[in-house]
Amino acid sequence: MNDYTKYLASRVTAGGLSRREFMGRAMAAGITLAVADKLFTESAEAAEPKRGGHLKLGLEGGAATDSKDPAKFLSQFMFCIGRCWGDMLVESDPLTGAAVPALAESWEPSKDAVTWTFKIRKGVKFHDGKELTIDDVVATLKRHTDKKSESGALGVLGSIKEIKADGGNLVLTLSEGNADMPLLLSDYHLVIQPNGGVDDPLASIGTGPYKLTSFEAGVRATFEKNKDDWRSDRGYVDSIEVIGMNDATARIAALSSGQVHYINRVDPKTVNLLKRAPNVEILSTAGRGHYVFIMHCDKAPFDNNDLRLALKYAMDRETMVQKILGGYGKVGNDFPINSTYALFPEGIEQRVYDPDKAAFHYKKSGHSGSVLLRTSEVAFPGGVDAAVLYQESCKKAGIEIEVKREPGDGYWTNVWNVQPFSTSYWGGRPTQDQMYSTAYLSTADWNDTKFKRPDFDKLLLQARSELDEAKRKDLYRAMAMMVRDEGGVILPMFNDFVNASTKQVKGYVHDIGNDMSNGYVATRVWLDA
Amino acid sequence: MTNPAPSNILPGLRLRQRFPLLALILERFVLSIVLLFAVSILIFGGLEALPGDFATTYLGQSATPQAVANIRQDLGLNRPVTTRYVEWLGNAVQGDFGTSWASKNSVSEQIGKRLGNSLFLAGFAALISVPLAVGLGMLSVHFRNRMPDKIINVISLAAISLPEFFIGYLLILFFAVKLGMATFPATVYDSMGLVERLKAIALPTATLVLVVLAHMMRMTRAAILSVMSSAYMETAELKGLGAFRSIVKHAAPNALAPIINVVALNLAYLVVGVVVVEVVFVYPGMGQYMVDAVTVRDMPVVQACGLIFAAVYIFLNMTADILAIVANPRLRHPR
Repeated sequence: MNDYTKYLASRVTAGGLSRREFMGRAMAAGITLAVADKLFTESAEAAEPKRGGHLKLGLEGGAATDSKDPAKFLSQFMFCIGRCWGDMLVESDPLTGAAVPALAESWEPSKDAVTWTFKIRKGVKFHDGKELTIDDVVATLKRHTDKKSESGALGVLGSIKEIKADGGNLVLTLSEGNADMPLLLSDYHLVIQPNGGVDDPLASIGTGPYKLTSFEAGVRATFEKNKDDWRSDRGYVDSIEVIGMNDATARIAALSSGQVHYINRVDPKTVNLLKRAPNVEILSTAGRGHYVFIMHCDKAPFDNNDLRLALKYAMDRETMVQKILGGYGKVGNDFPINSTYALFPEGIEQRVYDPDKAAFHYKKSGHSGSVLLRTSEVAFPGGVDAAVLYQESCKKAGIEIEVKREPGDGYWTNVWNVQPFSTSYWGGRPTQDQMYSTAYLSTADWNDTKFKRPDFDKLLLQARSELDEAKRKDLYRAMAMMVRDEGGVILPMFNDFVNASTKQVKGYVHDIGNDMSNGYVATRVWLDA
Repeated sequence: MTNPAPSNILPGLRLRQRFPLLALILERFVLSIVLLFAVSILIFGGLEALPGDFATTYLGQSATPQAVANIRQDLGLNRPVTTRYVEWLGNAVQGDFGTSWASKNSVSEQIGKRLGNSLFLAGFAALISVPLAVGLGMLSVHFRNRMPDKIINVISLAAISLPEFFIGYLLILFFAVKLGMATFPATVYDSMGLVERLKAIALPTATLVLVVLAHMMRMTRAAILSVMSSAYMETAELKGLGAFRSIVKHAAPNALAPIINVVALNLAYLVVGVVVVEVVFVYPGMGQYMVDAVTVRDMPVVQACGLIFAAVYIFLNMTADILAIVANPRLRHPR
């Protein structure tokens, strides 16, 4: 079975592909009818979920300082825990990234995408038995959009001007049109809580498939099944135990000895060793997170586009993916979007390592002497190695890079967004609009490349309120080209999310939205005895 | 009537003459308090000097200036350092360490739990390692320069030469992954029974024992050997006392002071120095708690942990000093 058919089979298992679709694609890939038929049956059988059992997850990212308040979810640990007990209004489709209904049954924008009406699902009960009402929804959104709020979603919801209930519907009025509004509501902070969680933000009462039974920050959380769950296509295991394990070796030891069923953050350096364990399966999902080398477009010598181009051509992307990510990633093309985003602009030529072109632009820039690159292990795993690799590939183009290793402590305060050339990391965002608005809009707080282009901003705002998908795609394409050819970001690679499970774990959904099956891992998998 | 009236003698001096031991203990105690106070200034000052503050570090890349400003305002980070220090110390003296900035939980309550876990692990490790170290030390003196002495030395030296995380990983590899007989991870939680708890901490305890054993054992051996060369030990031998009996009855008590010292030092290490072991075994103790807090600059937690660690260290050292004085009457009258 080659990779493509494996991929098709996994989509059948995840319930994302019908028989007709599967057969068509498999045969197009050169598989005989009989084999394809057998494959489909096997994959579909694997898709029959079993109920019951106790699922144990060993996750990196928990800390004693974690808060149970969804507004303050930050760590991977809390992200995953929040998804177990709470629901948002909207979810994102695991395979396409499009908005799909959750607590909001359906929605309707006004023509200019300024007013959005969401129909709220009826008959949903909170864990305490109280029925979900429109007031709870309104209160939740109000809490997260309050100017004094410390919510992690405050930035995402910045454009919401008015939140009100209209009959059973939620009506949002924005300060400007935004075609992506439903997707923004899938943000993991926006768990719908009774009365918005105003009375007791730490109560962990939601409408999700599991009830929180015990919690110790950074140490352990346990869940039992919510018998009144409004959905039947999730929550297969009876109980869940999430254990905080910040040591990579401890996670691997716990998984290979069968003490936990699933771990996150498998180090690319050791993944090949872990693969040898007989009962272990590596789960690698294409993601939106990317590693970057950022140049400040407004500071010498990086204010010269020829120098920026020279440094872009001097990046050996393939080697980076192989050496730094251990092959668990995809090459980047110097703009922060990849094919996991809806409306990805296809057909843009891949930039490749070209010492001659790099040398040409370097000469044209008129710059001489070495270029100082600051880096650290905290910028991304392998950050220092990547900088040294880059130094080597630049040497072949006649560009001298001086690598300075900065202390990890305080890197985000003293180096990132402050120094003109450094290594960094970006997690993905639900939409292209959000990614660009966070880091490439002239007025963005975290515009870490100091990319300030009024024409780019105009395109971004135009695309934001454009409801016609084809037109939007064209706009996104123009923006991508601008960032790629004139921006200050060198983007060598997108990293895969590399997790691992024991072979008992079935039904894992490779969700392009975010790590750990977009946080839903515990509610989506089942245990095969 | 030329002698000064007794009431003219300084009360402290009189106390010292009448109860030299009590005076010494009191002196040590006051010194410890002063030291702890100095440490509290160091902790607070050191944390102020760290790069980055809570608001930006905690929110990381998802921070907006609005959220950062909100947090700063909320926590009163805009007030002067001295005001915050005095306020903090005042509350800490009363046992109130405030609430964690990040989780909004009471720090004292959290520390109660975490310190309990740390003490449980340390206590259990001490319960095994101290008698074992002293016993093995005596044994190796008894067999000095013969095979058992050499074996004990080589093994304990090997154990102390390996970093503790490596010993931990080796134990995990053999006993949890390969043989599947030990519990791993060693996560303990409230609803856990005692037997289960003991099972969970078996591997970290073994690691700690191996790490501290050599130090205490070798000190015991050296101290007893140095006593053995003195004249009264020769007398003991000449009057026909058995070799082992002369070690236990005559040599060991006189070698007590240095042994107590090294034991106290190792006990302190068991409580405050086991961060790595806690991380490797996923054990929710104080070390892990403090590391988490430092990462996000959760000041109340870091300050509380620092102060408690300092207190444990100072208290154990003080106890060691006092015990050494009790064990050795000559130390009671310093000249």
